[in-house]
Order: sequence, then structure tokens, then C-alpha cells
Amino acid sequence: MHPAFQAVLTIAVGVGGCVGYFYFSNQLLDRVLFPDKGIHAGRNITRANIIRPWLFLFPALAALGLYLAYPVFETLRLSLSERLPGNKSQYVGFDNYQQMFSEPKFWEALTNNMLWLLVVPALSTAFGLLAAQLSDRVRWGNIAKSFIFMPMAISFVGAAVIWKLVYDTRPIDQEQIGVVNAVYLFFGGDQPITWLTQIPANSFLLMIVLVWIQTGFAMVILSAALRGVPEETIEAAIIDGANPFQVFFKIKVPQIKNTIVVVWTTITIVVLKVFDIVFAMTNGQWETQVLANYMYDKLFRAQDWGVGSASAMIIMLLVSPILVWNVYNARKEMQ
Amino acid sequence: MSAIVGTRSSLVWAVHLSLAAMVLLWLFPTAGLLVSSFRTTDQISTGGWWNSLSASEQNLTLRSAAPESQIENDGVFVIEGNLFEQGSEAVISVWGTSSRSIDAFKPGDEAPLKDGSTITVQSNGDYKRQGIEEITGRRGQRIFATALTPPEFTLDNYHKVLFDEKNRESMGKAFLNTLTVTIPATIIPILVAAFAAYALAWMDFPGRALLVAAIVGLLVVPLQLALIPLLTLHNQIGIGKGYLGVWLAHTGFGLPLAIYLLRNYMVGLPRDIIENARVDGASDFQIFVKIILPLSFPALASFAIFQFLWTWNDLLIALVFLVDSSGETTVMTKQIIEMLGTRGGEWEILATAAFVSIAVPLVVFFALQKYLVRGLLAGSVK
Amino acid sequence: MTNLTLRNVEKTYPGEVNVLNNINLDIRTGELIVFVGPSGCGKSTLLRMIAGLESITDGEFTIDGVRMNEMPPAKRGIAMVFQSYALYPHMTVRDNMAFALKIAKKSPKEIDTLIKKVAATLQLTEYLDRLPKALSGGQRQRVAIGRSIVRDPKVYLFDEPLSNLDAALRVATRIEIAQLKESMPESTMVYVTHDQVEAMTLASRIVVLANKGIAQVGTPLELYETPDNEFVAQFIGSPAMNLLPGRVVSTGEATSVSIEGGGGVISSAVATSADWQDAIVNVGIRPEHMLMESSDNYAFESVINISEALGEVTQVYFQQDKAHSSPVIAKLQGIHRDVRNKTLRMSAEPANVHLFCEGQSLRGR
Repeated sequence: MHPAFQAVLTIAVGVGGCVGYFYFSNQLLDRVLFPDKGIHAGRNITRANIIRPWLFLFPALAALGLYLAYPVFETLRLSLSERLPGNKSQYVGFDNYQQMFSEPKFWEALTNNMLWLLVVPALSTAFGLLAAQLSDRVRWGNIAKSFIFMPMAISFVGAAVIWKLVYDTRPIDQEQIGVVNAVYLFFGGDQPITWLTQIPANSFLLMIVLVWIQTGFAMVILSAALRGVPEETIEAAIIDGANPFQVFFKIKVPQIKNTIVVVWTTITIVVLKVFDIVFAMTNGQWETQVLANYMYDKLFRAQDWGVGSASAMIIMLLVSPILVWNVYNARKEMQ
Repeated sequence: MSAIVGTRSSLVWAVHLSLAAMVLLWLFPTAGLLVSSFRTTDQISTGGWWNSLSASEQNLTLRSAAPESQIENDGVFVIEGNLFEQGSEAVISVWGTSSRSIDAFKPGDEAPLKDGSTITVQSNGDYKRQGIEEITGRRGQRIFATALTPPEFTLDNYHKVLFDEKNRESMGKAFLNTLTVTIPATIIPILVAAFAAYALAWMDFPGRALLVAAIVGLLVVPLQLALIPLLTLHNQIGIGKGYLGVWLAHTGFGLPLAIYLLRNYMVGLPRDIIENARVDGASDFQIFVKIILPLSFPALASFAIFQFLWTWNDLLIALVFLVDSSGETTVMTKQIIEMLGTRGGEWEILATAAFVSIAVPLVVFFALQKYLVRGLLAGSVK
Repeated sequence: MTNLTLRNVEKTYPGEVNVLNNINLDIRTGELIVFVGPSGCGKSTLLRMIAGLESITDGEFTIDGVRMNEMPPAKRGIAMVFQSYALYPHMTVRDNMAFALKIAKKSPKEIDTLIKKVAATLQLTEYLDRLPKALSGGQRQRVAIGRSIVRDPKVYLFDEPLSNLDAALRVATRIEIAQLKESMPESTMVYVTHDQVEAMTLASRIVVLANKGIAQVGTPLELYETPDNEFVAQFIGSPAMNLLPGRVVSTGEATSVSIEGGGGVISSAVATSADWQDAIVNVGIRPEHMLMESSDNYAFESVINISEALGEVTQVYFQQDKAHSSPVIAKLQGIHRDVRNKTLRMSAEPANVHLFCEGQSLRGR
């Protein structure tokens, strides 16, 4: 029970520490540094109010700075240096990048990632839109949504096991327990296929796993957006003689265009970071490598921090347009 | 919509059918795992799980009781019993005593054995082996039977995966470890984020807009970038690999979403209420604790669910910051990866282990779906 | 005794957006001051500056001679009732009322007695343990008021407290507030509204805000009878006062003017000095003061375009011509059938004829 005890202690210390920090720092500010009494009461209150926001923000900013902002720069530095014995490093310019670009595995990972970027957001959004539209029109829609949404709660590793069973292959003289092979043989296949080694189909089979997980997310968001489409515009279109498909594609979809973009970009970010699925199902063999797994290989198997960091920077580079776009939109919204 | 005159019923049916097909397609893989986790090795290898609900024709390898249980009766040595476990309703159609001819005999036939004894097997599995000499050997006679077995499920896999002391890959410990990682990693970021979100939503200070934008930016920074710098840092300051490190890492990585979500929610709270509290004499700290926190409960719940699912399901951060070579601190996701390597074909164990790990998130999911949906809607950057 | 004093108060938002300028106002103990004005005139901002929810950019605000500019809201001795009531949704009525008292560290016994007393006066006793969402709009409004009463503040601030209520309830609550004020003659109240009926019925004095400043301060009838400027003249009273362009013909104890579109001269009770001879002015006559005229000395003559029979009165809209930017309206007592397309000649009693030049009244100039 040692770790469990440690966990309880951490919760107590963590929570108590946080609350204590906030409480006592406020007390210190109001009672000791700038008391709201005496001749300078007014001035002191104003001063305390200038400092207070930073008291509230400090722990969060410290954690964000240390765990997200600092690593971006440190990784950039590492990607430009070579590790020397004794915790030292040496600046080597773009050597790591050059080495990485000369590796076929990197290009394979990059190509696969691009494929993932095309396929997964597109399919997830399309299926999500379909599920949202269909489930909003039937009475048992909420139950249906629940089940399609469910894979969201399942870990990538769990999903990998689930789908490995689906793709499982048994020798020809045995009953197939993977449904794909069972169906394949049922429809006249000669012999069971080890699907995960079939290039290039295997990459797509891995993508299906992520599509299966992300469709629910897309559905939930798009369903809310579809419900936000004013009923009057739909009724007007029906009176104008539009059929259900025209209503959907010409009236509803254009009105939720922005939400579709949001869903698409969010899934794109998930795809760029995808690691567990590939790690668990093929570990990048049979030409299924992706950047995140390539990076993990470099960092923790080959212990090559330079190239590993360089590949992490590539992921960062791919994310940046979305980052800029999001920040731009957030700033616009704040004004 | 249904009230509109002249809506074609064929289309309505198409909607119902396509949605049903989609739901089945989405459920099928998970159902496979769930069903498989309740099946025995034999059942799994003899057919797809989708057959498990109907009686199936199976080729079984059974064994009679060992010779030590023989009884001598008027100079005849007899071993009697039933090949199946108690309560089984399997029906044997043909059987044999050698793997080369598993269908040599019908129920009731008498089969000669090498040592001169004979064995008779009935369709319900009752057998009687008799010989005039004492039957020797340590183990019982193997019987190859083709039997129609009714659906049968077992909890043995779960027992083995969770509680078996001898099982080195026990999920029991990993389960506790995962829990140990998850709970502090869920609670602490909420607290830290809530204060920051309040400041960003309701306090006036220079640079506020810039900070909000920065947090939106950090929302998408891939945590892959953080692995090496932070592992180095943890090693330097003496945390090394362990729970403290993984808690801190999860806190750091969870904060942008937490702050973003909570701030968006808090900004939407009525300004009047907060100002009224201010007129009532509440300090910022009191406003936060007594007004904002209780009113933000839905958003706090949303984020708590996200963070819980994310930390529970995480593999990468645990691999990098927690799991060391001793294996004492392994988490469930890591354990499953191990099993995929060492027990690739043993689906009953794999399925059970995987299901143990996804059961808790599924319960959380179905119980608190409302908050999850609300959080998703608030959390996707507009 | 509570005196609120605003001296040269100014409000400028970051980015040089100036919303209030040069506000000078004295509020005496026991007064119920109403701020009115068109939306965006800064009346709520001014109230919030008094509350301490907005900072004062320049000038000085004092309560009983103590400078309040930097004082946080809680220390100003004020209570505020918000338009949305701002009840804490997660607290019962009792806890809502107790919140400020608990923060002020009053004893539980004291809090309990106070709440019981106030709840009884506001007929809230049986709702004390309910959450706000289980109350009707009127009850929520009473809780909001009760919550401020328990604190026994020196100054009550009301920010459009009735605008979320439906018409019938609004009248009832308005009367309740008037009675409340009467039962607490020592308390000072500042009340913001955009509804002039509320302002006229409740106020001891009205402050009309316009163009970043105070247009006029006075009792309701002062504003009605002797508006200082065209803005106040048109803002108070409905429909708004008619403004007819004209010229001063003779000055003295009473002033005579001739009006474009009218005939001869009409007389105003406003006294003017000889300097105003031949000045171009606007002649203001309220619709309800327009009288039918048969002589050749009249203010206005035109064809009736639209007539609205309200029973009690008949409102007629005259055909618009180049001289008048907005249609001239007259409120005729009783029922007048078939007046549409008729030509009417209108005039008014000298006491009801106002004179403005460049927006300002000639009275006292």
C-alpha cells in the first residue's frame, strides 16, 4: 500500500499546499504588505489589487512555463546540439536535421503522417457528421450517440488490443477469430491474411482505429452545431422545395462550416501526436512508422537525443499553423 | 421535422437502418473484447466470439481421471467419471482416443486402449475405463471429442489477471498504480487552474489578453517536445523517475486545457453576481471560494473527467516519467503493451487485461457523459 | 447624515474613450435621486462609480466629506440592487441575505434576527429556505432588495431594478419601492432607470444625463415645467415636445414670437431682455398643450396625416414639411372622429410656450 499511501499524502499536500498558498499569500498581501487600514488605506488597496492577479496566476504560470514553454526552447537547443559524455553538449548546427533527412525511416514516417493527416480528420468528420445528422432524426438517437461516442473513453492501448483482435489471423486450418479474416474467407478468400503486415493497407488499418475513436468527438460537436442551425432556415428551404439531401448539404452544412473547421483542426492535432496506437499495434514495422513513434524510437531506444529532438521539432512545425490560427482567433474573440 | 406533411417513410426507414448499422459497427470491436474476456482458451481458439452466444460444435481435448483414482471391483479395475466440468451441457457426437482419428467412435462405443483396458464414453461425457490389470501411469487417458457445447462463460480470466499471485504480469498491482497516478494528477491541476482561470476571467491587469492567447497557443504544443528536457530536469533536481514526476508532468500538460475551459466558463458567469459579492464585502479570495467555485461546478466536473480519462489512458508519459526497470511502478497501459509482446496469442488474457483497464473509464463515461459533452463543447477552440 | 458629493468627476476608459465629463452633483440625506437618460449616456457607469465598481478617472467623490475614490465597494457603506438581481444561484434566500453579514463577521444570532425581521417586512419568510430558481421574478426582486436592507447601508443603489419584470409587476414593485423609501426616510437612494414614468413617480430629484454630462437636475415637475434645454424638454414627457422654428418679435416680461408655418404672433410667458429681439429660436410646445385656435394668431397650421384615437385623448400627427424635421404631434382631449386630412390651426397658452436658442432655454438668460 506504499504508493497508495503516498498518493493520499500527495493529494493532501498538493491540495493543502495550493489552498494554503492562495490563502496565505492573500492574507500576507492584505494584512501585512498593504493593510487596508490607516491613512494609506486607499492607496494600499489599489496596490494590493495590482499584485493580486499575479498571486492567483503564479502557480499556473510557473507550471506552464516549466512544463510546456521551456521544453520548446530546450528541445530546439537539443536538436541543434550533440550529446557528449558527462551531461555536456556541443552545438552542431543542422547536423541532426541532415542526418534525419538522410534516413529513409524518417521519410516513411513523414509520408505516413501526411496520409494520417488526410484520412483520419476527413473520415472522422464525415462519419461524425453522418452520425450527428442521423441520430438527431430518430427517437433513440441519444443511445446511438452514446455508443458511437464510447470509444472516446477507451485508451489508445485498449483500442489497439480491441482492433488487434479484429485483425487477428489464425492458420488456415483453424477457425478464424478475427472478424476481418472470417468475413474475408466467408466471401471467398483463399487463405487468411496477416493484415497488419500488408503494405500499404496496414497503415490504413491503423488509421481506422483512430477514426473509430475520433468519430464520436466529431459527432458530439457537430450535433450541437446542427441543433444550433435556426429551424426557420430549414423550414424555409423545405417550403422552397428542397429535398432532405439538399436541406442537409445546402442549408445545414454551410451554416456549421466554422464548427467543421474546428473539429477538423482538433482531430488534426490528435493525429500529429498519435503514438500509442502505432506503438502497440505494429511499433512502426512494415512501413507503418509515424513521427511520434519515430521520435520515441530515437529518444529512448537509440538514445539519440539530437535526431529525436529534431523530429520533435518537425511535429512542432506541423502544429504551428494551427497554433497561430487558434491564437489569432482567440485574440479576435477577446476584442 | 416529423410533423411536416408528406415526409417519405422509406427515408425514415433508411435513417433508422443506417444509424443502426453504424452503431453496430462501432460497438462490434469492443463487444468482441468483452465477450472474449469471459471465454476459455479452448472456446476462443475454436471460433469467433460472435458464435459464442449459440451452441457450437467444438473439437475438445479432454482427459479422464488419473489412474490413482481407480477402484478394484471383483478383479476388474475401473475408473469412472465425467469428462466435463460439473453442470456442463455439452453433447458428444463422435470421439476418439488418438489425435489422428478423433472421430473413430460413437457415444456408447467401447474403445480398446494400448494397455489392454477399454474405455466407453457416453454422449453426456460419462466414461468408464476398465481393465483386468491395474491401470498404470500418472495421468488420465486423453479423449478427443467432438461436442456440441452450449454457450459458456467464465470469470476465471479475471481471477487470473487480477488476483493470481503467481502471475507475474498481474494487473492487480498495475491497477492500483494507475489509480495512484490518476487521482493526484486529476485534482491538483484543477485547483491550480481554477485560480488562474479566475484571475484571467475576472481580474483586471495589464497583459491579460496576451496571457489568454498564450494559453490558447500552449493548448496545442505537442507534449513530445517536453519529454527529454523534463526528464533531464527531473533527474537533475532529484525526482528521477517516479510518481512525483508523473504527477507534475500530468499537471503541467493538463493545465492549458484546464485554464482554457474554466476561464471560458467563468467569463460566462453573470458579472452582476460577482460585483454584488464585491459590494457585499467579499475579497477576491472569498468571491473565488464562495461564489465562483460552486457556480463553476459543471466546468470543473468536465475538466476532471477529461483529465481523469487522459491520465488513466496515458501510456507515453508513464513510460517516460514513471515506469522504471524494476517494474514496481508499472501502469496498466504499459502492462498491456508487455502482454501484447509476451502473450500475443493468448486472447483470453489479453482481452481480460484490456477490459480491466478500460472498464473504469467506461463507467465514468456512461455515468458522467453529460459533463463530458459539455466540456467538449466548451473546450474546442472556437 | 449622508451627503454624497461628486466634484468634477470624469470617466475615461482605456483607449481614451471618454464617457462622463465634469459631473458635479450633491445628493442630500433622505433623497431618492433618479438618473435617467438615453441608453449609453453613462447613467449606469455613474452609479457604478458611486458603488466603487468602476474607478473614477478624475475628480473627487465623497460620502459625508470622506474621499471615496480609492475605497473598495464594501467599505463605502452602500448596498446595490442589480437589474438581474444578481442573487447567488447556489445559495438559499436565507444564505443570500446572510452572505454580506457573515463576511462582516456578525454573530449568527444577530444575522438570524435581522433576516427574520427583513423577511417579514418583505413577505419572504416562507421562502427563506428556497433557492432563487424556485422563486418568481417579483420574489427574486424582493430578495435582492431584502439582501441590501439587512446590511443597513447609508446609501442604496438601484440599477434598473424593474426592467426585468413584466408590466403589471413593474407597477406593483414600483409602488413597493416608494413605500420602502417612505418607511426609511433617513436612507439615501440612487436609482438608475431609462423609464421616465419610474423617474417621475419615484424621484425626489431627477438627474438627466446626456452628452457625457448632466443636462439638468431638478424635481420631476421642474423638469417638466421648466426644462433647461431642448434635450430635457424632449426627453421628459411623451410624446416628445414639439419644436417649431421661429423668430422673436418682441421682448420684455413676456415674449412674442412668430413661427414658420404659423400665422401672426404667439406669446410666451418667458421673460427676455431686449438683446433677444429678432433672434432665431425654437418654440417648444408639448403635444398635450396644443390647443385648437380659430384666430389668425396661431403657432402652427397643417393637414392631419394620422390620427390615433386612444379614447381618453386623440393623438394627431400633422403632415411633415420642410420646416420641421420631425412630425408635429398634438394630443387632443377626448374623442375626435374623422379628423384625418382635415387642416387644423394650433396654438398654446403663453405659460406653456417654451423658447430655446441653440438648444438652451431662454428662461433666465
